[in-house]
Amino acid sequence: MNEKILYGYTGLFDTPDEIIEAAEKVSAEGFEKYDVHTPYPVHGMDSAMKLKPSKLPYIALVIGLSAMVTMFIFMYWMTSIDYPVIVGGKPFFSFPAWVPVLFEITVLSASIGTVVAMIAVFFKFPNLSHPLHDTDFMKSVSSDKYGISIEAVDSRFNEDYVRSFLSSIGAKEISPVYWDDEEVTFKNTVLKPKFLTFLIVVGLAVSGTTYFTLNKLMFMVPFNWMREQEKYIPQEISTFFEDGFSMRTPVKGSVALGNIPYRFSGDPEGAGEALVNPLAVTKENLELGKEKFDIYCSPCHGYFGEGDSRLKGQFPNPPSFHSEKVRNWSDGRIYAVLMDGQNVMPSYSSQLDRAERWAVILYMRALQRSLNAKESDLK
Amino acid sequence: MSSGVIDYTKEFSVIEGKPSLRSIDDLISKPLDTKPDKKYYIALSITLTMLMIGAVGLLASFYYGTGLWGNNNPVGWGLPIVNFVFWVGIGHAGTLISAILFLLRQKWRNGIARFAEGMTIFAVMTAGIFPAIHTGRPWLDGYLFPYPNQHALWVNFNSPLLWDVFAVSTYFTVSFIFWYVGLIPDFAILRDRTKNKLKKIIYSVTSLGWRGSNRHWQHYEMVYLVLAGFATPLVLSVHTIVSFDFAVAVLPGWHTTIFPPYFVAGAVFSGFAMVQNVLIFIRRIFNYEHIITLDTLEKMNKIILLTGMIVGYAYAMEFFMAWYSGVQAETFAFINRAFGPYAWAYWIMFSCNVLFPQFFWIKKLRRSIPFMFIIAVLVNVGMWFERFVITVTSLSRDYLPSSWAYFTPTITDFSLLIGSFGFFFTFLLLFTKTLPVVSIAEVKAVVDGAQPTHKDH
Repeated sequence: MNEKILYGYTGLFDTPDEIIEAAEKVSAEGFEKYDVHTPYPVHGMDSAMKLKPSKLPYIALVIGLSAMVTMFIFMYWMTSIDYPVIVGGKPFFSFPAWVPVLFEITVLSASIGTVVAMIAVFFKFPNLSHPLHDTDFMKSVSSDKYGISIEAVDSRFNEDYVRSFLSSIGAKEISPVYWDDEEVTFKNTVLKPKFLTFLIVVGLAVSGTTYFTLNKLMFMVPFNWMREQEKYIPQEISTFFEDGFSMRTPVKGSVALGNIPYRFSGDPEGAGEALVNPLAVTKENLELGKEKFDIYCSPCHGYFGEGDSRLKGQFPNPPSFHSEKVRNWSDGRIYAVLMDGQNVMPSYSSQLDRAERWAVILYMRALQRSLNAKESDLK
Repeated sequence: MSSGVIDYTKEFSVIEGKPSLRSIDDLISKPLDTKPDKKYYIALSITLTMLMIGAVGLLASFYYGTGLWGNNNPVGWGLPIVNFVFWVGIGHAGTLISAILFLLRQKWRNGIARFAEGMTIFAVMTAGIFPAIHTGRPWLDGYLFPYPNQHALWVNFNSPLLWDVFAVSTYFTVSFIFWYVGLIPDFAILRDRTKNKLKKIIYSVTSLGWRGSNRHWQHYEMVYLVLAGFATPLVLSVHTIVSFDFAVAVLPGWHTTIFPPYFVAGAVFSGFAMVQNVLIFIRRIFNYEHIITLDTLEKMNKIILLTGMIVGYAYAMEFFMAWYSGVQAETFAFINRAFGPYAWAYWIMFSCNVLFPQFFWIKKLRRSIPFMFIIAVLVNVGMWFERFVITVTSLSRDYLPSSWAYFTPTITDFSLLIGSFGFFFTFLLLFTKTLPVVSIAEVKAVVDGAQPTHKDH
């Protein structure tokens, strides 16, 4: 391309008073595609150029409010619906405690949003291929001069007319500005193989480094920092104790806190004679018994102790609780079954604590009574 | 002004001597165009040495665990939290200067705003290190943000410590955006000045193609105003939320409603002292005496005096409330502060923050550079001790006398403190040689004769 395309005409002024006056004249002359370039914002220029007030505050308002509402819904969903956790006895929906976070999110989103909108939408930046860049005009107006540029695309534009008009309003160094060949023939380079390869390499490097850091580096000596500590963890070999176990067995005869040793292991009849249910027949105890019975006993014994297993034959059905034999057993005899198990039934001593076992037995008694009621119960 | 009669009908000039606009360009971009001299390298080697001391302390803390710190059972917060609050406070002056003074149309801020904003960013970066390492396992800090993690568990929005995460990260981001928006026109000026090809590319990219167009200035000024409007409540909220870390707890000496305003005033107090300290060097080394004028420094000293008295009022009011409330634990906490085992720290704090700034009532001392420098250093010593006193005295003697213990910082604690100063000043030194430390466009706008006289209106 030999013929250069004209962008427009530029002129320079020396003082802020001159540029204000010039801008008023250019505006009065009816030009629309013109601009004023100053090294700093000059007061009164907006009214001289008859510009409408900026709409950016509305954008800030909309972005800020929508971020606030979104965050509010998000917090409500997180704390009240998705995973409610009671904190300090406060309600799940504890709005006053959310105000600080809501405020911060509003400010953060509105600030980022407004600046991005200004740069990308209002300025159409980044734009490094504007014809005014790298001209003497640009160098002057970014330092200490005030300039006016009138674009060739303006409807009233005419080279001779604009040149004489600019000199009539007192502009100095009036000069035409042309588009550079590169600026006119500029094509998007994003899809070029070179750039795509670059993107892929960067992507691989970033993801590879992240993977290596999080999954490999953190487990290497000495980067496993606090994982390696001067203490034994369960199942670890000990070099200190002679038997090589880091876990120690309790001293003979030691009893866990709050635990009453069971003396009748392997002697169910002895338990049946010696043990008495310590719990009173109260609503609370029966409800506890029902809860534990439904969890631990009912899968095999059925909800009513009739031996109707819900396991569909995958495990042998146990006998009913309502037989003569079981009804005549003492509470202590049933307790022995819970502790030691019987036939294929394993021990439930680790699933149920002492009070729960006795509560389950109380509930079993209630079940038995429901099918074999005495005449006195009818009164 | 020396005549004693001041003519208030005319606006005071904030830039002395009416320099030409081109000379302002030359002066402010000079540190960027020249090679650093010997003094710069000496300063940099000092700050890097301090940084390395901190790095060694940090690595040791990671390798051997946080048991290297003095933190003990009642005083679980110790120096890391003291340092965190101290550094966040330092940052507050920058936003106050750039946002609040902008809204109040204080033109003298234009010469110091850029530098103070830079200090805000570096101070918040420094502050952010401490809560991150205080967790003990900083590589797990990602869980502080509400994202769908593998535990399917969300963060606790009722906790002030979580509010802190949001407040400090928002504060850093918004300060950084504010700073960058202010830098765009300056990058354009540098782009058009430079002869160096590489610099030209860098400045072209960072200036985004700024053309000084008034159609852009119009939106730019509006956004600057909006950002200042956001940053003003933000800066107040940040130290308020930091104070909630203490005030929401039920510990005697912490559980008071005076904490938010008291912390904000204290933050501005220490931040101004730090900005004033560093500017004294900057204006001298780079010959900015006519841009960052003695009048500007004097105005900063007045703000130090004001905020110092607010802090002093808060100290007095805390004692009054301890007595007036009649709560035994509260009364004990304050008597213990002033006369208990940490009385030395309390009286260092009290004299540095309340007594010494009173010298600024005297105009001659307020305008004496060596004197104001010493006072500002003392203010920062006092403010560090204020955070120490608040954090440590309350924790070391809480409700239960059987759990009381004395807190003694270890050498690792101090290495981290020294390292934080090294970190901050290293960034500051790099900043002075890579970016314009004074806003060129903003200073040009307040030079005498830079604005139209509107004689025909």
